[in-house]
Amino acid sequence: MTMRNNTDAAGADVAQAETACVNETWRAWLLSDQPHSRTQARLGCFYRTWAAFLENRLAVFGLAIVLGLVLMATFADVLAPTSPVVGGDLRTERLLPPSAAHWFGTDDQARDLFSRIVHGARLTLLVVALVALIATPIGLLVGTVAGYFGGLIDQALMRVTDIFLAFPRLILALAFVAALGPGIENAILAIAITSWPPYARIARAETLTIRNADYINAVRLQGASSLRIIWGHIVPLCISSVIIRVTLDMAGIILTAAGLGFLGLGAQPPLPEWGAMVASGRRYLIDYWWVATVPGIAIFVVSLGFNLLGDGLRDVFDPKAQK
Amino acid sequence: MTTDTALLEVEDLHVTFPARTGTVAAVRGVSFTLGREKLGLVGESGSGKSITGRAILRLVPPPGQVRARRLVFDGCDLQALDARAMRAIRGERISMVMQDPKFSLNPVMTVGEQIAEAYRVHHRAGRREARRRALEMLAAVRIRDPERVYDAYPHEVSGGMGQRAMIAMMLIPGPDLLIADEPTSALDVTVQMQVLAILDDLVSERGMGLIFISHDLNLVASFCDRVLIMYGGRIVEVCDAQHLHEARHPYTRGLLNCLPRIDGDGRALPVLRRDPAWLAPARTAAARTP
Amino acid sequence: MTGTMAETASKAMIEVDDLHVTFGRGPRATHAVRGVGFRVAAGESYGLVGESGSGKSTVLRALAGLVEGWRGRMTVAGRVLGPRREAAFYKLVQMVFQDPYGSLHPRHTVERILSEPVAIHRLGAADRRIEQALGDVGLGPQFRYRYPHQLSGGQRQRVAIARALILEPKILLLDEPTSALDVSIQAEVLNLLARLKRERGLTYILVSHNLAVVAHMCTRLAVMNRGTIVEEMTVAQLRRGAPRHPYTKQLLTASRGYDRTAVDAFIDFAEAEAGSIART
Ligand SMILES: Nc1ncnc2c1ncn2[C@@H]1O[C@H](COP(=O)(O)OP(=O)(O)O)[C@@H](O)[C@H]1O
Ligand SMILES: Nc1ncnc2c1ncn2[C@@H]1O[C@H](COP(=O)(O)OP(=O)(O)O)[C@@H](O)[C@H]1O
Ligand SMILES: [Mg+2]
Ligand SMILES: [Mg+2]
Repeated sequence: MTMRNNTDAAGADVAQAETACVNETWRAWLLSDQPHSRTQARLGCFYRTWAAFLENRLAVFGLAIVLGLVLMATFADVLAPTSPVVGGDLRTERLLPPSAAHWFGTDDQARDLFSRIVHGARLTLLVVALVALIATPIGLLVGTVAGYFGGLIDQALMRVTDIFLAFPRLILALAFVAALGPGIENAILAIAITSWPPYARIARAETLTIRNADYINAVRLQGASSLRIIWGHIVPLCISSVIIRVTLDMAGIILTAAGLGFLGLGAQPPLPEWGAMVASGRRYLIDYWWVATVPGIAIFVVSLGFNLLGDGLRDVFDPKAQK
Repeated sequence: MTTDTALLEVEDLHVTFPARTGTVAAVRGVSFTLGREKLGLVGESGSGKSITGRAILRLVPPPGQVRARRLVFDGCDLQALDARAMRAIRGERISMVMQDPKFSLNPVMTVGEQIAEAYRVHHRAGRREARRRALEMLAAVRIRDPERVYDAYPHEVSGGMGQRAMIAMMLIPGPDLLIADEPTSALDVTVQMQVLAILDDLVSERGMGLIFISHDLNLVASFCDRVLIMYGGRIVEVCDAQHLHEARHPYTRGLLNCLPRIDGDGRALPVLRRDPAWLAPARTAAARTP
Repeated sequence: MTGTMAETASKAMIEVDDLHVTFGRGPRATHAVRGVGFRVAAGESYGLVGESGSGKSTVLRALAGLVEGWRGRMTVAGRVLGPRREAAFYKLVQMVFQDPYGSLHPRHTVERILSEPVAIHRLGAADRRIEQALGDVGLGPQFRYRYPHQLSGGQRQRVAIARALILEPKILLLDEPTSALDVSIQAEVLNLLARLKRERGLTYILVSHNLAVVAHMCTRLAVMNRGTIVEEMTVAQLRRGAPRHPYTKQLLTASRGYDRTAVDAFIDFAEAEAGSIART
């Protein structure tokens, strides 16, 4: 509290630094304890989080992998030397080992594996993004509503959640796909429908700890509607833990998608889905190891990236979990 | 309450914490001596009271750095001791009651077991003996039904009861010096007075030294023998407790004046105007006992 | 007590009669408030004192509509309160909470915190109102875009007061508004509350465990113990040292500072202490 008076001095410092170093000025502006506009306050908050995140090397590595996946998916047409679905000469280019011409070798249809992996990134990203976009809001909604209202609403919503949680995800997804028919869209839907329950659980637990906080009582006392309280005051506090969980789950989601692909229930040939690629390559595993191994490594690396990223986010957003 | 036999001597104590920009000095050059008396340490939050208390026990949380010219307890240089010798001193000869009993008691052990355990760590005693001692101690801190509290878990007792149990645990090894960090701030006034009476009796009966950390000037004035007033990591004034109301330092005066009074006239309270000069390093010598 | 009631009943702003609040059901239920009744005149400051767990906050929360399961009769500005409060109620009654660290949303800026009530009640002119509210509680415009973690305890409590005042209520329920603050900051906040009351003719109910704070701010007070009001008196009576109930006497003695001989005479009024879960 004795430091209060120094804040004005800090403001003067900012003015001096302006001429000296633009970078430093930006930093000071972002880290200012007395922001002058809404934007500065938001950016400052964001910058602090970002700076904390950057201190975690592994998390940055994870982020790099995820960004790499996004870039690969975006520029797949430029990066891939050949078409991912149309193969080369079946007599001469089948099952070639990795070489300068075919970095990852070719598969049994004489298709360049590198091109297929690059294009497969699109499918993986599609799965990940759609599942996150479908499951996160459902989980948040169910969890916060159950936690906020409690009583019968809570009972009902949580029993539904329990039912979904009681089945192993892959089995439930299998049942859905079997009912809806195989295909990548149905696989995504099936995975999304089976992944929201844990998010609902987390959101509910968080809501229970904050619903009786005085700052929530204060908005209640201003006559805010339940919708306003949940959306404007509770969700912003739950969302970080749910996002952390979603990120950590991404590995599992990719693996489930790959598993469905592997079983022939996800993406259908000739789509370059990594799981399906592992499945089709397993016949040649002994003699032509790369056909199944390369997409396997791709799945592993991307899963690892999401896990590292999720751990990093947890360290930043949830100080309780820190040492 | 003379201080001819100094129990604790602290000279030029500094505690710093590394921060994003440079270091934060939590304690800057604190010096005092303590006899077998009740010494009050008052100041506002953040003035460095708790850190001073912790520095004496070498319990400053990392990455805090402690530095002192002298830190001598009963003829023994606390800075020179190794971790093991320090552990022996801690608890057995110097105890500290922390601010919040809920965080200091182990939640999965009953209150009584913890007190008995504290006794057994420092004395060779059987379970039964330790239990008897613990029950005695609980009775000594005026817990009316010691048997029941002995078997209760920390969450099952009220704040006042928990704090009394905590004090019992700290007192059972029979320390020569007790550092009580706001031991009563969380308690209701009447319970607070009862807990203070226990500490008072221990000081007068056992000849224990007490460092009583508090932010409540009136309480310290009526309870302690001598008072150190801290501001910004420094001791700005030392007073006899009875004469606290005649204190001269503008900070002490300001703190005293801004207290509402039961017999007051309800007019606006004078607010404290802080002077940067109070933070200047001065009068460290005055902090020592004359 | 009945005499006081008759006097103030005509222009009472707040009337509470035989209020009971029970938390939970069955054998584990806590009967936190047991038949509390008092009247507060318009423009008066009424104090509620008592030890922690005596039910002071619960009385305020029941008035504010934040607890369910209360019985009794409460009226505010002549209107009988039902189980639900309508929008007009919130423009009349606002509350300031004890813990300045728990009463501001950690992810909202001061501006967002203050604009919320304006938006809920569609008052318009949010910009002007926020600036005014900040000015009223002695915070400059530079505080507008800060997050709570960038504020000290006293500044937070000022923001909480600004939030309560922005709807221009007539009644402010103050639940230990300065207990978590240093004495120098407490003086500033108490002065602020006294000034606002003078300027706006507010009615206060001030809950505190500190007799001196209540004596400083209020004209009348009630002493609570274990869910009931044991004594009601004017502050003048308190100053004269006239409390009749032994519990009040003990509280007064303890509030005057440490006195070894007085402590031995203390009686434990909260008997079943060890069994109850502490809420300090
Ligand atoms: N673990 C810590 N890390 C960094 N700074 C600390 C830490 N603990 C305390 N401090 C600093 O030390 C100062 C004094 O703290 P403390 O002794 O706890 O004050 P009090 O007088 O309220 O007991 C505080 O202003 C704080 O900035
Ligand atoms: N939400 C709650 N659920 C259960 N018990 C409660 C709740 N709120 C308060 N109580 C109980 O009600 C009693 C009175 O509490 P409170 O009104 O907070 O006391 P005070 O404000 O006087 O300290 C206490 O025994 C407390 O344990
Ligand atoms: Mg402290
Ligand atoms: Mg309370």
